[in-house]
Amino acid sequence: MSESPNSFEMRGIVKRFPGVFANDHVDFSCKVGEVHALLGENGAGKSTLMNVLAGLYRPEAGELVIGGKQVTLHSPQDAIANGVGMIHQHFMLVPSHSVAENMVLGLNKPRFFLNLSQVEEQVAALAKQYDLNVNPRAKIWELSVGEQQRVEVLKMLFRGAKILIMDEPTAVLTPQEVEALFRTLREMTSQGHSIVFISHKLDEVVAIADRVTVLRKGKITASGVSAKGSTKAQLARLMVGREILFQIEKKKMEPGKIILETKNLQADNDRALPALRGVSMQLRAGEILGVAGVAGNGQRELAEVLTGLRNSTGGEMIFDQVALGPHTNWREIGQRLAHIPEDRSAVGSVPGLSVAENSILKCFNLTPIAKGWSIDAAAMQKKAVKLVDEYQIATASIQTPVRMLSGGNLQKLILAREISGGPSLMIAVHPTRGLDVGATEAVHKLLIKQRESGAAIMLISEDLDELLSLSDRLAVMYEGKIVGEMPAEGADIQRIGLMMAGTKVEA
Amino acid sequence: MKIPGTSYQMRVETRLDNPGWMGAASAVLGIILALIVGGIVLRAAGATDPIGTYQEIFKEGYGTPADWQAGFHALLTNGDCPRGLLCFGPISDTLVKAAPILLTGLACLLAFRMKLWNIGADGQMFLGGLAATAVAVFIMPKDTDRSLMLILMAIAGSLAGLAYGLIPGFLKARLNINEIITTLMLNYVAYKLLEYFVVVGPWSIGDFESTGPFPKTATWPRLTEFAKSVPIFAGLTAHPGILLGIGVAIILAWIFYKSQWGYQIRVIGDNPRAAKYAGIDLPRNILLVMGLSGAIAGLAGMNEVAALRELNGRFQRGLGFTGVIVAWLARLNPLAAILVSILFGGLMVGTQLIQPQGISAMLQGVILFVVVGTELLFRYRIKLEKAEQIVINKAEAPHDK
Repeated sequence: MSESPNSFEMRGIVKRFPGVFANDHVDFSCKVGEVHALLGENGAGKSTLMNVLAGLYRPEAGELVIGGKQVTLHSPQDAIANGVGMIHQHFMLVPSHSVAENMVLGLNKPRFFLNLSQVEEQVAALAKQYDLNVNPRAKIWELSVGEQQRVEVLKMLFRGAKILIMDEPTAVLTPQEVEALFRTLREMTSQGHSIVFISHKLDEVVAIADRVTVLRKGKITASGVSAKGSTKAQLARLMVGREILFQIEKKKMEPGKIILETKNLQADNDRALPALRGVSMQLRAGEILGVAGVAGNGQRELAEVLTGLRNSTGGEMIFDQVALGPHTNWREIGQRLAHIPEDRSAVGSVPGLSVAENSILKCFNLTPIAKGWSIDAAAMQKKAVKLVDEYQIATASIQTPVRMLSGGNLQKLILAREISGGPSLMIAVHPTRGLDVGATEAVHKLLIKQRESGAAIMLISEDLDELLSLSDRLAVMYEGKIVGEMPAEGADIQRIGLMMAGTKVEA
Repeated sequence: MKIPGTSYQMRVETRLDNPGWMGAASAVLGIILALIVGGIVLRAAGATDPIGTYQEIFKEGYGTPADWQAGFHALLTNGDCPRGLLCFGPISDTLVKAAPILLTGLACLLAFRMKLWNIGADGQMFLGGLAATAVAVFIMPKDTDRSLMLILMAIAGSLAGLAYGLIPGFLKARLNINEIITTLMLNYVAYKLLEYFVVVGPWSIGDFESTGPFPKTATWPRLTEFAKSVPIFAGLTAHPGILLGIGVAIILAWIFYKSQWGYQIRVIGDNPRAAKYAGIDLPRNILLVMGLSGAIAGLAGMNEVAALRELNGRFQRGLGFTGVIVAWLARLNPLAAILVSILFGGLMVGTQLIQPQGISAMLQGVILFVVVGTELLFRYRIKLEKAEQIVINKAEAPHDK
């Protein structure tokens, strides 16, 4: 491996954004036939560096050598012409078009006539070669997330990419799909492709990568170390600059009374199609119920129905011995029913308002914040200062608009606000998505602390490691139903994966 | 972006902080730039001396320092103004013009805060004028107590505006119909309603296209009425309308920055999904805000008829749209709207005598255009810096192929 030539080399890359050095003289290279993992916390500059390589950003200084040639990339088209393709976290596909049509989208040939059947043949051949099983005639919307990712990979191969950048490719996949993806990646490297693999999941990095480079605050902290010889703990320390606990200490707790119970709960999704098809479950005090499942199987709708953001179309839900329904005053029970929404900035906070104003989002009409018709500014500030201190939220001041906060600090603020109400039930949806290792650890600790103080917690997540380490019980959702429940301790990850994919598994 | 022919490049960066003074600074800069652009147009329109024209506008709109000094001297000594009407005449006229645009400005600003684009303040104002007229001329007897009459007119005017604002409010809250379209179109309905009542219809006296003069009890008291005790007030037209506007501005400022309702409005305006998440009732707030916005615009209508002392077919259109400009120039700050409306009132008074007549509207348009443009400076920082040479080190391009 070591005698392979470099497929690309970035040297002394400098890219600044207002107030930050996103990349501070970064060197990064990848050999032909290698998977090189790029690690780092959020804001460490990984995406910036890769956007430079993919032609989206122009560096302020530094040079880029691809295939031995000095190049200047002006656009993603330039990058693809040089054999560099990037697969973003959010897929760039047209849902109403077929796989083959998506392949030719944005290409300037053929100019006038689209010979789709020829494209389809080429795609099928490529798919066969790399074990990427997709029907070229299928429409994108018909495909699962895993299949759509394969289309993205195919698209890059079809366009002749020799260097493939993958930004957190496994975040949305089942364990089986992850394995399939890794098989494809190995096939690609054996054919001389190079892959840059960006991930937060250290297990996967150790499993797939040949070498690892770690970025912290725009600078390299480890350059091209061998992945085989590294441990998770070492990599994490390089990323955040301190030790990270992977094993979460969890006290043994005897579950208390039933806090939340649903019976045959049903609801529609945004397209008015059934999303929940009869969810029945119980959640007890001092217990974390992990809800696993591939995105789009009703988890979001379940959280929304339980928090009053969506109306149920049938069934029952009982919270603290009181039935919830259209008559419920959600604002009133909002203090006891905490909700960590999936989307921190679009749902959980008001970006233009200050930290202080966001800290009272759910209690602005309650004492001590409310005073007659007005808001007691002193009480609001006191509360904000307390939350910022207690939860170590890094902010310039409590008057700073929350859009200035990093994802981790924003999430801590939301958690702090929700916990400050003294909830007996907490619904947390993807609470650590997109957070770096350090912030993830903080959020996990807070959830565990809530459990120990006797709250019932529903943890909806796509991260199986997170679910297994935090939950007491696991429920797997598939097509709007809970298809399996099991104690988290000693749960079989293969079996969970099969359930997530809809395969019937005997209990 | 590299500037051609130099070694400098221009960079546009997002500002991480927006200090409060920047808003005021960019508004002032906007006005200065607008005056420059306007001066070019004035020159093109045939004015030989644009600066002189501006001085004239300023004098007509606000008076000169010497006039003010003489005025204050006369006020303190309780004597006549040596310069007659020149002392406080211009500023008095300006305050009269400022009152309705302050009210329509506040109406717009309240709705804009919640990102409800109410551009129907004009129509809501017309309805307010109609209702106040109905009370003044057709419902209450002529000899009603003056303050009672004015209060009843204000209540009727604001209720009519409220009802007219609730129509698009209801359509938006219940059926999610775009309020821009409905409020805009309802303006024309209001124009036609007024036309029906005073031009062709039941309220017109003979062929005069007018309700005829209001009873004195239904008109704003003007400063000139107090000339007996304060001689300098003689001939001054200023009336309490501007105080009404300032009162509403103060109440709105309290609502926005101190009250729970204002908090909800700001949350909805910034992120409606977070508002829903916090259990804030969106449809209810849309109705409340559109209703109150309409009511404030309705007050503007009442103010106008009480100032004009009659309702006729020439009732001025467009003050509601000037309100949009006032709201934006004030950056949706109700207290800033007071200053902006007085500025605009002066502009309207000062340009009255200028030919061609379009100059006033032209300057207003240019100011809005430039101020919205300076938003760029508010949000972004534009940097001029020496272009950094991209280091190219060809000697060392390594590859083992």
